Amino acid sequence: MSQLVWNGLFVGSFYALVALGYSMVYGIIKLLNFAHGDLYMLGAFVGFAVLGAAGGVSAAMALPLLLLVLMLTMGVTGLAGVALERVAYRRLRGAPRLSLLITAVGASFALEYGMRAAAGADPRVYPVRLGGTTLEVLGARVTLQQLTLVAVAVLLMIGLNLLVTRSREGRAMRAVALDPKAAALMGIDVDAIISRTFFLGSALAGAAGVMAGAHYGKIDFMMGFLIGLKAFTAAVIGGIGNIPGTMLGGLLLGLLESFGTFWLGGEWRDVFAFGVLILFLTVRPTGLLGERVTERV
Amino acid sequence: MTGPGEGAPLAEAAPEAAPAPRAGRRGAGPRSIASRLMENRWAGLAGLAVALLAPFVNATPYALSVMTSAAIFVMLAAGLNIVVGYCGLLDLGYIAFFAVGAYTSGVLSTRLGLPLIATLPAVLVVTVIAGLVIGAPTLRLRSDYLAIVTLGFGEIIRVTATNLDVTGGPSGIYGIPGLTGGPVSFYYLTVLVVAVAVVGAARLGRSRLGRAWRFVREDEDAAEAMGVHTYKVKMAAYVAGAIWGGLAGVLFGAHLSAVSPGSFTFLQSALVLMAVVLGGMGSIRGVVVGAVVVSLLPELLRDLADYRYVAFGVLLIIVMLVRPQGLWPARPGEVPK
Repeated sequence: MSQLVWNGLFVGSFYALVALGYSMVYGIIKLLNFAHGDLYMLGAFVGFAVLGAAGGVSAAMALPLLLLVLMLTMGVTGLAGVALERVAYRRLRGAPRLSLLITAVGASFALEYGMRAAAGADPRVYPVRLGGTTLEVLGARVTLQQLTLVAVAVLLMIGLNLLVTRSREGRAMRAVALDPKAAALMGIDVDAIISRTFFLGSALAGAAGVMAGAHYGKIDFMMGFLIGLKAFTAAVIGGIGNIPGTMLGGLLLGLLESFGTFWLGGEWRDVFAFGVLILFLTVRPTGLLGERVTERV
Repeated sequence: MTGPGEGAPLAEAAPEAAPAPRAGRRGAGPRSIASRLMENRWAGLAGLAVALLAPFVNATPYALSVMTSAAIFVMLAAGLNIVVGYCGLLDLGYIAFFAVGAYTSGVLSTRLGLPLIATLPAVLVVTVIAGLVIGAPTLRLRSDYLAIVTLGFGEIIRVTATNLDVTGGPSGIYGIPGLTGGPVSFYYLTVLVVAVAVVGAARLGRSRLGRAWRFVREDEDAAEAMGVHTYKVKMAAYVAGAIWGGLAGVLFGAHLSAVSPGSFTFLQSALVLMAVVLGGMGSIRGVVVGAVVVSLLPELLRDLADYRYVAFGVLLIIVMLVRPQGLWPARPGEVPK
């Protein structure tokens, strides 16, 4: 029982990290960035390349090295996200929503198959695997590496939340999300703020990618597809555009999946997750913490 | 839906389709000839004639198989065009309906020994139900939710087909009976069915319902204010798309005599979308040409296998940035001014 809860929370923290980027981008320009899951994939591969370049590592140094790689990767995927927005999305900001969505699909496609062309179609084995010392916590088997990854994820989320709620930057982001025109009139550089939002969201996705690579040990070019869908589900459960809600949604989806897998069997896990998504969209499309938004014409 | 600039997505983006004086913006000569050719009413019949004559040029089993697949792909694109092109709803899991059709007919014909044609009523019922189940909760919401839910739906269908015993698991079903005696007659049957489907989709697009679809696409709120029941109208588009996809699936099963989950990945959905976007959303001729190009191009570019999907992705972005109306846009008469 507590094992299921722990597994759920662990996977959920990945979902939450990826979902945050989705949610932030959606909150600020109302775009579902389909390529977001692929930035996660990109992060895993960047981490893979950096670790490979670093050569052999002793087991004792694995964790600090991994954290370093994490920072580096976050920078790279963040910049990739900014570039993506600049090239593919910015010019279409005033265009019909359909064009923007199709562009996002195109970007996702280009990233996936670009990576396939660059790194090959076969899964790659991650060069670093954290050796796990197993601990017993309330009857659940927890490895030290899992704890570390969850701690990193939680720290990142707390950092993001502080940034958005306390800093000047975050206030500007919230202002643009509320009303871009009024924000521009108040002297906020809307383009720059949107770029920074993409940077933050993509950096978080990249961090999740490296962590997933180190945890599961295998990465491939399609790994972002499913997690993109799951992250969206998590964002919808919590309330898309709402940061604490999205974190909650990620953890909740992880838990639901963990229990769903236990009851229905692993092969139905994804079907179960999407079933939950459709249920939520029917019953409470604004999510658990989302506010009711009236569309203005 | 929120900004004033979003009102007329396809209308303002069709300079070539405008009357003659404006057509000469980038050099009058070739442009206007091209656009006159494009607006020629015989273009559709010419395309059909090409399809009918193609086996006389090259009738090797490989060529026939490729051409049959291309024809089925045209039908898929025509169906997706109803949803994306006419009604402006982005469906990213369109291949799911294709799978539903192929599996329903395949399972019924192999397990119960029914001839394929007798499974059609069941296929229609099942695809309509699938369309209603996915459409009902999502069509009330913003269009982007629909996009991602359909993406999830595509995965659900594929995963379900992989996991169930009745669908043969990962290896799928095989031994599906054909519809006709040989590959040549099957090709002609396919071309005939697809031609009817394409014309049907075009007529539907010009009907009262089709006008309502375009109204919803251009401005859903205005449509609602004018008394269009937007939910019902969107549902009609979605279900029509589902039927087109399901019937194409039956042809697919009959063509390959086997279906497996590997044929129904997101890649396939994206390729159909690519065909619609490249050809011109809402323009039936453009969509047909787009589908033929997208389905035949990989056969010609086999050596570049690694890069062609990258190119497709980049092309999607470029088309949206540079020429959102597609290569062969809808005729001016169809585009509201």
